[in-house]
Amino acid sequence: MSLQTAGEETPALRTIRRGVELSPELKQGIGLTLFFAVLATIGRIVVPVSVQQVLDKGVAAPGGPDVRFTVGVTAIAAVAIVVTGLASYKMTYRLFSSAETGLATLRTKAFRHVHDLPLLTQNTERRGALVSRVTSDVDQVSQFLIFGGIISIVSVGQVAIATVVMAIYSWQLTIVVWVCFLPLFLSLRFFQRRLSAAYGIVRQQVGVMLSKISEPVVGAATVRSYAIEERTQDRIDTAIDRYKEASTRAQGLTAFSFSLGGVSAGLANAGVLVFGVLLGVDDQITAGKVLAFAFLVSLFVGPVQIGTQVLTDAQNAIAGWRRVIGILDTPADVVDPGASGTPLPHRSVRISFEDITFAYPGGPSVLRDIDLVIEPNTRVAVVGETGSGKTTLAKLLTRLMDPSEGVVRLDGVDLREVPFTSLRERVVLVPQEGFLFDATLRANALYGKLDATDDDILRAVGELGLADWLDTLPRGLDTRVGQRGESLSAGERQLVALVRAHLADPDLLVLDEATSAVDPALEMRIGRALEQLQRGRTSVTIAHRLSTAENADEVVVVDQGRIVQRGPHARLVAEGGVYGRLHASWVAQQSLR
Amino acid sequence: MSAPTSSLSSAHRGTLRDGFRVLGVAIRREPGIFTLSTLGSLLFGALTVADAWVLGWSTDHVVLPAFDTGDVWPGGLLVIVALFVGVALLRAVGIVARRLGAGVMQYRMQAHYRRDVTRQYLRLPMSWHQRHPTGQLLSNANSDVEAAWAPIAPLPMAVGTVAMMVIAIGQMLFTDLVLAVVGLLVFPVVIVVNIVFQRLQSPLMTRAQALRAELSEVAHESFDGALVVKSLGREAEETDRFARKAQQLRDVNVQAGRIRAAFDPLLEALPSIGVLLVLIVGVVRVRDGLTDPGNVVTIGYLLTIVAFPIRSLGWLVGEFPRSVVGFGRVQKVLDATGEMAYGDRRLSPSGEGARLDVRRVAYRYDGGQDLLTDVTFEVEPGRTVAVVGATASGKSTLTSLLMRLVDPDDGRVLLDGTDLRDLAAGALAEHVALVPQQAFLFDDSVRGNVTLGADVPDEEVWAALRTAQADGFVAALANGLDTTLGERGTSLSGGQRQRLSLARALVRHPRLLVMDDATSAVDPEVEARILAALRTGTASGTVVVVAYRKATIALADSVVFLQDGHVDDQGTHAELLARNPAYADLVNAYEQEPQPEAAP
Repeated sequence: MSLQTAGEETPALRTIRRGVELSPELKQGIGLTLFFAVLATIGRIVVPVSVQQVLDKGVAAPGGPDVRFTVGVTAIAAVAIVVTGLASYKMTYRLFSSAETGLATLRTKAFRHVHDLPLLTQNTERRGALVSRVTSDVDQVSQFLIFGGIISIVSVGQVAIATVVMAIYSWQLTIVVWVCFLPLFLSLRFFQRRLSAAYGIVRQQVGVMLSKISEPVVGAATVRSYAIEERTQDRIDTAIDRYKEASTRAQGLTAFSFSLGGVSAGLANAGVLVFGVLLGVDDQITAGKVLAFAFLVSLFVGPVQIGTQVLTDAQNAIAGWRRVIGILDTPADVVDPGASGTPLPHRSVRISFEDITFAYPGGPSVLRDIDLVIEPNTRVAVVGETGSGKTTLAKLLTRLMDPSEGVVRLDGVDLREVPFTSLRERVVLVPQEGFLFDATLRANALYGKLDATDDDILRAVGELGLADWLDTLPRGLDTRVGQRGESLSAGERQLVALVRAHLADPDLLVLDEATSAVDPALEMRIGRALEQLQRGRTSVTIAHRLSTAENADEVVVVDQGRIVQRGPHARLVAEGGVYGRLHASWVAQQSLR
Repeated sequence: MSAPTSSLSSAHRGTLRDGFRVLGVAIRREPGIFTLSTLGSLLFGALTVADAWVLGWSTDHVVLPAFDTGDVWPGGLLVIVALFVGVALLRAVGIVARRLGAGVMQYRMQAHYRRDVTRQYLRLPMSWHQRHPTGQLLSNANSDVEAAWAPIAPLPMAVGTVAMMVIAIGQMLFTDLVLAVVGLLVFPVVIVVNIVFQRLQSPLMTRAQALRAELSEVAHESFDGALVVKSLGREAEETDRFARKAQQLRDVNVQAGRIRAAFDPLLEALPSIGVLLVLIVGVVRVRDGLTDPGNVVTIGYLLTIVAFPIRSLGWLVGEFPRSVVGFGRVQKVLDATGEMAYGDRRLSPSGEGARLDVRRVAYRYDGGQDLLTDVTFEVEPGRTVAVVGATASGKSTLTSLLMRLVDPDDGRVLLDGTDLRDLAAGALAEHVALVPQQAFLFDDSVRGNVTLGADVPDEEVWAALRTAQADGFVAALANGLDTTLGERGTSLSGGQRQRLSLARALVRHPRLLVMDDATSAVDPEVEARILAALRTGTASGTVVVVAYRKATIALADSVVFLQDGHVDDQGTHAELLARNPAYADLVNAYEQEPQPEAAP
């Protein structure tokens, strides 16, 4: 049930292989892209080689400087620059195109899969993390694939080609250059690790700071009510300072590691000239070649300076990739049998729970030994204290989860064998919180039935007795409901959810009824709409108010994971027990002397 | 060359000017560190040029003579090593000073403005907060501050680049006038190409940023509504919605990629072309005896090393549009006025409940809509009053007035006979506590959330938690009172949050406790226990409670019935029930429900 976490890290190479497998676009035409990359890199040595040629054969030509030769060399060089420039264009464009296309695919696949994860409905805390997996985590991979990709290919190629040209000019001087740069290449990993750690602290401090900064805004009323402005400001100031200090430390480290490339280049240039002169005196090298080395050495500096950055990006990108892949490789707990399943016929449903036990992995059982049969066309209310397991019962019935043991059957068919298309059509859950999408009332109603017309919606509204409520909305079905539906009141959101359920026209209706923040008049309206909705179907209501239980055909009382009582309200009141206690406290609240 | 320059619209030029003005603010605020990083950058620039000079000098004085004569001047070799290594080390110092200095300057400016903005948030009145969406205020303090000071990072580099160009141009002119002029043709072209690139690229970057936000919104919403999506089997439609945005983002990114792919090689090729031109003209001039080969090398090298950093000017200017907008938003917060005025009076401490007088109070929403009109009632010390009314009847507004989160437009609120407006800052909070509908928890421990920094012994914290029926779940938390809560800590249910928020009020033993539907998310049974504990616990305190549930109303000695912002009736619950049909309708709604035959 948990996603792959840092503890069970897959090796980087396997992550990359799996990532490419999931986004095949990344591999398409990679050969041609690499070809262009090699061509583009060759462009970097055009200038040093031309300088060498011109100095040795143009300026120092026997019989004085040879202008014709120089023009010839520069013309060839100009053509080479244009060709390699075009190659660089093709390479970059192809990288962008394949990386972005591949990652759009990965994002979409991951998004689709998230909807199959039980985590989404069980652990609301983790939703933010799930969002970042399909957004910023993927962005990180894309950043690296493109820029890291270009930079690493070009950098490695640049160093390699520079080395080859150097070796052709003089193997001795090549060794001198490498001796100057090798320690730096070897220390890249070391710096990268220190930098990662430093930026890790920065990220953590950003989180702390943002949360403290939100306090005077989100908690504006509380801060004023308790006159704790100073304390709040002190806490913010501390967090701001910590973030500043962490950033400064990380920046110092970055600046230091960045500056080392230039130092190595200075050493290398000095070494090249000194050894070049000594070799030149022995006629082992020409002046032009020695000077060309100075240009070639500068090709080493860039890769060293950005090396730590590229390594850090690579590490982050692989971590991001690992997290996205982790989502896709987390199996959905609830599996759709698809076409091989048994669709349910269209009629009022008979429910049976057979020997059901449910526990979250590693947790104690939430439900135990549940045996329950609900006949078609009955209205059942499930009551119990918070944490008694009554909501779990609703989730099992709508197959948001599967039981650890036992079978839930609808009309005799094991729920696990019902294809989702059939299940979601016949069984509809109206959740506690009427969640709406940021769109019009109409668009939200259509979630219930995609092809419903305005007439269908208005008929549903009418049948639920909500026509006069709809009339109070100035723009009717075109009313925009705002983010999460928050332009409407909590009660109105529930009304829309009921319209949605009515349009879906299910045979089994499961209601998680909570109307805590609603004024009594609106609550009554919801109650009446609910009754309309339950007519002619089997319905199971998770009842938070006993008034619902009073109206039900049968009441099921859940206590500590077991069914302790069942029967009509009046009989249960007479029986006493858990229900008697619940009822007494309900009555005490409702009535006054 | 003049075409792109003249096409700089006046708006663009305005942004340029405003961008420099924002930078001016930063430089005036942090002149020391700015000077340091600029000096570092100048050092770096000068030494980069010096590097080319060292190469040219070595060529002419050591390398070529040695090759020509076959004699090595050992002192010359030592000078070469000393010059190259010395220049490299000093340049490293320059790099560190420039980059670290720019970073420190940027972080300091961010810190200054974040402090100033949050200070302003704490100072400005509640009415100001109500007019501004939460998300906007948070981004003012975070991303807007960040955007405003983003140009500081490339600033020293840009200043250094300009200096380096001036030095390089000077050195080139000094070395060989003709070769210099040939090489200098490259600079303006590079600058113009950079500007064109920025102008093509930045709208695409803005669009990509916006699309990223939209994509994230779609994902957020879809995951938030997962239960709806799942229970109605709408996964395919949701995936389509997400895929469309992902595709749009991909298209914009690829489009930006195409531009980058075209400009990157162009910007690299220009200096190379310049070097080739210098080579041709140089060979001609060497042939004619007008210059030395060393000068050709120097100028060619200068061109390659100076042309690249010119990009930093582009980076700087590229940050300006976001910076100017961000700075403007932040400045708007800093310029906001309307601080609440306080008097200098304090109420004398006493163990007794406070006396509350609300006299002919009216309150209008910003737009002018009346929320409360002519509200008058009083509460005797130690009594409990329930404020009852339908949704939007003005109950929450009334509680805000009692806590002086807002001031009435008309009329007065008196505590022990003193107008709340005459009380000194912080004096009211010593006597009154408000428990809001939406509990707010700080990113702090349970203890910190209850005491809010006051010096309260743990026994008293536990006592308050007990009264609020929160002791049970707090004791079950991993670290008890030390458990961190809030966004980054343990998360609690709505009912648990409300109970902690109540304990926070109770631990202060307020003389007036105002509860705004503060137990709505608590189980009825638990609520009953809270109310019972409250009855015995704060027997001496005065209580004003906004309520729907009859059990809560039952706690009260009398009821104030609000309708459409005015007091429709007041008296005991029984009196109102008997004489006010609207009141009876509201509180008896449950009992009007059609009763099944099995009703008791």
